[in-house]
Amino acid sequence: MFIVEMQSITKRFGDLLANDHVNFELRKGEIHALLGENGAGKTTLMRVLYGLYHPDSGVIKVKDRPVVIHSPKDAIQLGIGMVTQHFALVPPLTVAENVVLGYQNSFVLNQAQIEESVAEAARRFGVEINPKAIVRHLSVGQRQRVEILKALYRNAEILILDEPTAVLIPQEVEALFETLNHLKQEGLSVVFISHKLHEVTQITDRITVLRDGRVVGTVNTTEVTQKEVAAMMVGRETFGVSRIDTDTSDPKPVLEIIDLCANDDKNLPVLKNISFAVSEGEILGIAGVGGNGQKELAETICGVRRPTAGKVLVEGQDVTGKSPSDLTRAGLGRIPEDRHEGMVIHLTVTENLVLEHLDEFTRNGMLDHKAIRQYADDLIQKFQIKAKPNDITRTLSGGNMQKVLLARVLARNPKVIIAPQPTRGLDIGATDYVRQQLLEQRQRGAAILLISEDLDEILALSDRIAVMYEGEIVGTLPASEATPERLGLLMSGAVKEH
Amino acid sequence: MEAKRFPYQLVKSNTPPLWMRPLIPVLILLTTFLITAGLILTAQANPFRAYYFFLISPLSSQVSFLEVLVKSTPLMLTGVAVTFAFATGYYNIGAEGQLYAGAIAAAWLGIVLGGVPAAIAIPLMIIGGFLAGMAWALIPALLKVRLAVDEVVTTLLMNSIMAYIVSAILNGPWRDPTSGWPQSPEIAENTMFFKLIPRSRLHFGFIVGIVAIAVLWFILTQTSFGLKMRAVGLGKPAAQFAGINVGRTTLLAALISGGIAGIAGVSEVAGIQYHLIGDLSANYGYTGVIIATLGGLNAIGVFVASLFFGLIDTGAQTVSRAMGVPVYLGQVTQAVMLLVALGMYLLQRYRIVRRA
Ligand SMILES: Nc1ncnc2c1ncn2[C@@H]1O[C@H](COP(=O)(O)OP(=O)(O)OP(=O)(O)O)[C@@H](O)[C@H]1O
Ligand SMILES: [Mg+2]
Repeated sequence: MFIVEMQSITKRFGDLLANDHVNFELRKGEIHALLGENGAGKTTLMRVLYGLYHPDSGVIKVKDRPVVIHSPKDAIQLGIGMVTQHFALVPPLTVAENVVLGYQNSFVLNQAQIEESVAEAARRFGVEINPKAIVRHLSVGQRQRVEILKALYRNAEILILDEPTAVLIPQEVEALFETLNHLKQEGLSVVFISHKLHEVTQITDRITVLRDGRVVGTVNTTEVTQKEVAAMMVGRETFGVSRIDTDTSDPKPVLEIIDLCANDDKNLPVLKNISFAVSEGEILGIAGVGGNGQKELAETICGVRRPTAGKVLVEGQDVTGKSPSDLTRAGLGRIPEDRHEGMVIHLTVTENLVLEHLDEFTRNGMLDHKAIRQYADDLIQKFQIKAKPNDITRTLSGGNMQKVLLARVLARNPKVIIAPQPTRGLDIGATDYVRQQLLEQRQRGAAILLISEDLDEILALSDRIAVMYEGEIVGTLPASEATPERLGLLMSGAVKEH
Repeated sequence: MEAKRFPYQLVKSNTPPLWMRPLIPVLILLTTFLITAGLILTAQANPFRAYYFFLISPLSSQVSFLEVLVKSTPLMLTGVAVTFAFATGYYNIGAEGQLYAGAIAAAWLGIVLGGVPAAIAIPLMIIGGFLAGMAWALIPALLKVRLAVDEVVTTLLMNSIMAYIVSAILNGPWRDPTSGWPQSPEIAENTMFFKLIPRSRLHFGFIVGIVAIAVLWFILTQTSFGLKMRAVGLGKPAAQFAGINVGRTTLLAALISGGIAGIAGVSEVAGIQYHLIGDLSANYGYTGVIIATLGGLNAIGVFVASLFFGLIDTGAQTVSRAMGVPVYLGQVTQAVMLLVALGMYLLQRYRIVRRA
């Protein structure tokens, strides 16, 4: 009756217990959520199942047969497939080639034949994708579909999805859920990891909650509320932060964006005459469905993307097109959207914490190791980062990586903070923490540009809300007038308000 | 019907066990021995005796021990040179050409600085070699930084160009007027590196090599430039986001790399040959790549790896001399050992397990 049983799995990293006698059972044909705070051990447990880690003790049974899984190869052999956020696709090859890569035994690939067989598989599994498309040209959602098809093509009966929706825009999430529901009918079993409780209640049948490497419990999704699940994860009841309205009678604009234009990676216009200002002690929220230019807006302000026209001013000083280090010096605090692009994950936590301000820790070209260590210890304590200063950043859980980035930026008390998707991939506790931090920075007087696809987040934090649609600001509302309905209309592009 | 599968497989393990480390050199030697023993037998020699001469006898007398240090001198320098580049994510395969650029400078300075006191002439030669190596490294580095042209290809091509330039110089203007050999005139006595130990070949270049190792350690671990280099090497976009000037860091590291390779050329000309000759370098530049990699891109690793390669270099000659086997046999053994060493380096990250 269980297709997978993991019994008393224990996995240590040094003296850290990532999984502590974890029991996990997956039924055939169910979608099973794995929930827990950042660092609870979800990814570790699934990596054990997929043969990427070897458990220190415990038994894994697949279809009632005890197995030892040494490598992903073994896992695939057993019908287990795993899709992570960082795809393992070869961009210049076609979808069909990517799907059969490493699986087809014949030496010569018959293009037409593999395309036919991949198309056939796509039809059979109800995964909508063009086998002839070049992967480089696909969106994130489509690439994810290729990964899923790749697993199914290898006869996966068990599919592990580690935070599959973190990188998707809402329509893509809907499409993914449709595919999953269809596959479930066909008898596929799915492990679904996510921090978004509404997704979990929408799509899954059962939920297993992990906390500090231990199982808190397994429940039927229909029998619990989101609040109850959250309490299981964190061990407390209340969540959410609230903004205190402040008097902004005489706002002093700190960040000004004037007629900013930029092109995307294919050299097509993606920002079209964007103008807005953010004042001291204000949070301006940019709402919008993902993929309407928000990412590029953040990149352009942060000096990673070249603007084609327009200006960026910080306290009246023109910083358009300046290098990242100049921007930091001008008082711009930049939180990168992609953790892996904002931090050198192979360096230590300490090194990443000082990377942006090396000059301050350098005497005559030499690093002041003592001061650096002191600074890192302080930040690790202040921001409650669960890591040691000399840990390689790569080994941190997603939430702790985000805290490192946040600490790096916020510790400087910057005048302006650019925060694109600051809580993506974070658990509820960490999300609250980050939002609280942003509010404290606002209280301090920082001008904050919050870019988020999460409407609740925008509504909870922003003093004013601007909506982006197809590279334009289609409306700006004060928080008091913003309702989800009104924002929804603007986000869909149906109306414009200026 | 399913084909029968080999019952064992290799599995990537994330943390190579610590106790493996000292075992690796032993395994390298053992494997190489097993592979080459047959060859040595066909040359009608005793493999055990051959290996004694190869590995033990160089360490058993002072003369040959010093020879090991002599051989490791240029390797230390090229190893350090390559590490500077690789640590920054710049794959400089051109140390060989840069070495010759330094050697040309040394051969020239060694003549024009004829009347200058050694205390001035020798530092000038080292600086000259550094600048020459740097200049030779400049074109590929600029192509990489400005136009994103792959440095592996360009630095490699620059090696071939340099080989022709050296050959042209030696067969043209610099052909030795007295002997008629394709070698440059002998450098002035005051520009020759002094011997560290009288009547041995161990020269001042060895100290230069040690200094280079120390400089490498110092820069990588103690300076902000070193941290910038490593950040760029380990994650370019992230380094850029954090405000590090990736282009400038890469360019500087590439030039330092070329410069140090140039000093290796100076050391060989002023310390050993006293002429520029066509086979001044026994592929020291390429061996430097292997040394940097095996040394794990850190100073101590590079130091140990260059001593080890100095040992087998010396051993290869001892074997053929002592046992009357063809000198090629030593070279074959050396090449096999190189491959085995590289293989071990990769394999240490794997474990062997029984299939489920
Ligand atoms: N390779 C590793 N080496 C050392 N520690 C590790 C390694 N992988 C994970 N850890 C540690 O194990 C713990 C569990 O990490 P894991 O990635 O499983 O968390 P998670 O539940 O997936 O969190 P998140 O929601 O942030 O992705 C963390 O404290 C993490 O730092
Ligand atoms: Mg995870």
